Amino acid sequence: MDEHTASSASTAIEPERYELVEPARYRFDLDRRGFLRVLSAMGGGLLVVSTVPVVAQQETGRGGAQGAATDALAGWLHIGPDGRVTVYTGKVEIGQNIRTSLAQTVADELRAPIGVIALVMADTDLTPFDQGTFGSRTTPTMAPQLAHAAATAREMLIDLAAAKWQVPRQSLAAKDGVIADASGRSIAFGELTHGQNLTGVVSSQAPEEPRDRWTVRGEPLHKVNAQEIVTGKHEYPPDVIRPGVLFGKVIRPPALGATVKAVDDSKARAMPGVIVVRDGEFIGVVAPNERAAKAAAAAVAVDWNLPTGLPTSETIFDYLRQTAQPAQGRGGGREAIGADDSNPPAAPTSTRSFDATYRIPYIAHVPLEPRAAVAEWTGDKVTVWTGTQRPFGVRSDVARAFHLAEDRVRVIVPDMGSGYGGKHTVGAATEAARLAKAAGHPVKVVYTRAEEFMWGYFRPAGVITISAGLDASGRLAFWHFDNYNSGGSGLNTPYAVAAKREQFHNADSPLKQGSYRGLAATANHYAREMHMDAIARATGRDAVDFRLAHITDPRLRTVLTTVAQKAGWPNASRPGLGLGIACGTEKGSYIATAAEVSRTPDGFKVERLVAAFECGAIVNPDGLRNQVEGAIVQGLGGALFESIRFADGKILNGTMAQYRVPRFRDVPPLDITLIDRRDLPSAGAGETPIVCVAPAIGSAVRVLGTVDTALPIALKA
Amino acid sequence: MPQFDLRINGRTHQVEGAPEDSLLSVLRYELNLTGSKFGCGEGQCGACTVLVDGLAVRSCVTRIGSVAGRAITTIEAIANGDTLHPVQEAFIEADAFQCGYCTSGMVMATIGLLRTTPNPSDAEIARLMDRNVCRCGTYPRIVKAIKLAVEKNRQAGVRS
Repeated sequence: MDEHTASSASTAIEPERYELVEPARYRFDLDRRGFLRVLSAMGGGLLVVSTVPVVAQQETGRGGAQGAATDALAGWLHIGPDGRVTVYTGKVEIGQNIRTSLAQTVADELRAPIGVIALVMADTDLTPFDQGTFGSRTTPTMAPQLAHAAATAREMLIDLAAAKWQVPRQSLAAKDGVIADASGRSIAFGELTHGQNLTGVVSSQAPEEPRDRWTVRGEPLHKVNAQEIVTGKHEYPPDVIRPGVLFGKVIRPPALGATVKAVDDSKARAMPGVIVVRDGEFIGVVAPNERAAKAAAAAVAVDWNLPTGLPTSETIFDYLRQTAQPAQGRGGGREAIGADDSNPPAAPTSTRSFDATYRIPYIAHVPLEPRAAVAEWTGDKVTVWTGTQRPFGVRSDVARAFHLAEDRVRVIVPDMGSGYGGKHTVGAATEAARLAKAAGHPVKVVYTRAEEFMWGYFRPAGVITISAGLDASGRLAFWHFDNYNSGGSGLNTPYAVAAKREQFHNADSPLKQGSYRGLAATANHYAREMHMDAIARATGRDAVDFRLAHITDPRLRTVLTTVAQKAGWPNASRPGLGLGIACGTEKGSYIATAAEVSRTPDGFKVERLVAAFECGAIVNPDGLRNQVEGAIVQGLGGALFESIRFADGKILNGTMAQYRVPRFRDVPPLDITLIDRRDLPSAGAGETPIVCVAPAIGSAVRVLGTVDTALPIALKA
Repeated sequence: MPQFDLRINGRTHQVEGAPEDSLLSVLRYELNLTGSKFGCGEGQCGACTVLVDGLAVRSCVTRIGSVAGRAITTIEAIANGDTLHPVQEAFIEADAFQCGYCTSGMVMATIGLLRTTPNPSDAEIARLMDRNVCRCGTYPRIVKAIKLAVEKNRQAGVRS
């Protein structure tokens, strides 16, 4: 899922500070002449290309790859003589519905029926470079990029028709896949491009449709490939079958940080059709089918050096505090963002101060589709089908592992079984390639659920301390917010405070950690909103009024007041229930959430969730509603029961039976209001609706009794 | 090695293996029927749901020895050519998926559910579908799809 700011003011992507930061080394092997050859091979038509888009240059700003490819050309949109439109994007479809919403964008700008538009996505040999599908970036940046390509094509088609008919272009318009004049004479796009090899360069001058004239965008269209999904025909990465494909398994250590002491693979080597591959610490087997591969892997006996003295899920919070360093340098480059130098932290002269420490556990993404890859070598080039949110990043990883030039590696990502930020890296790609190289056949590697838990990565654990104080008039006088390890997203308070200091601190993580839907914005909103609630409660203020007194942003005020009104704030819908509320803004969109909870014999139950969400102009209202619902349901897991238990480098609850994720019975009635702002550009929406679920529930549970300042939320007995 | 006759989608396949071998593994990796998905291998997520004699089972924890000779139906045999099953239509109409990885299993579980409980309440859906996970969180839409499918079945019943 998508994880970064989408505010129009700052389009530069902000890497989360715990993320791996590496230069993206890329190059395109096609010059413009190359494109003409490709175009001829496509049977001619019209191809819209661009230099590497501004977007990609900004995105790679984090890695220092600027300039390297600015002369290169990338193909974005092709119109064939048959009128079919092919759009190329390096973005990945992971369930966020961009295959459909981007097609809507192109259909609208090109003025072509959506049915003739096909997207080629996430194929490193065919699509322009893309840093990855995360940061809620597709809608605010890729959609405008494709809109410009489509508008460029549309204007070229109008020029072609004007030349053909010898009429002024102003007399012509594009509509439903044809160029027509006022008299009703028309010519189809495909016919105009027939027999030609036309290339156009994406022009920012090509006029984009104003948002109030959208016709295909703004419509609640079904997913374009819905039929393939409900019939089981869509091939997800683990479903890819290649001729002669064999099955691979990697022999994994029993704990993170374990190393090989000794290996006895003689039994596995004696099995028919089995190949054992040893390469440094890498031990893998290849067999003709999955059952044989499992048996072979089980037959490899390894003696391991095991790590000792590592922190556990109980000691992790102290450990993070002990190893903390204020974030500095690359990867921590935003450390000063919270420090407001013009308002140095005030000495707490305020009348009352409020201090608390919040604890956030590691949680797992648990994408239903585990990591998987099929690798196939042809000479010295390897093609890998895999599920990743960073196809070009995985291409780099594989190229590095085999000392290959990047053009010797092709990564293809079929629309995949979700990610939620959890598939930025996929070891399966390199592992399958290593095994395939040894076997001389294509090899498929599919992680077991236990491997997925252990060898993927987690949303970081964290500790957040807040010290805040009010002045005599009851306004926030100071706000000191320190986040240890959890991350910087959503660190900054949206509330007006006279003096604030907000700081992220790096710490040593004993577990692999990385992106997750919303990144640290969930943890930071949880702590901040629980704290705001606590202050309001302690001072006898209404929790909504107290917030509104500190909010100037009208968009944030709107979502908060909308939810308060819909939820019936401040009264719960019946006596005995607790009602809680929270709000926030992240990645350019705005969310407020209210929760109603009841007491149960073993704690509490969420009876109802009310949310209002605003992300600018809505591209696909039903797709958006689906994302908002999904984010809220996913947020329930982290709020109510998800937490990774670990000790000695081992995950202690790394199965679906032990690690509970939300199920049907956990979902209360959802009352969601989407606020459509056609006057504002579209922001990404896949992440932000998750961030206020936990504090809304946490503050509601406070009405029933004392809650611990930790996730998951527990009502103290 | 023992042989098992697996009757899948009306066709009998002779499969060699041990009786405890997983049905899902055979479906996906030997018969190339990849519509049934691998999600957890523990019978906890339902992505691999198939019908055995009309009842929904988790194929990942179903031993081939226990289903030999019985009627096994997978997602590949649910639509009739290009004509979708009412449950499949209902899932599309309700947009009851995001990534769609759970959808094969959800469709099969729904068909199994409606066979035993033709008009389930919300509480029955929550209880009887509890072993199918949608990690994208489209549960409210799946509930809506199940109710749409009930309505479609009712209308089809009226017509026939």
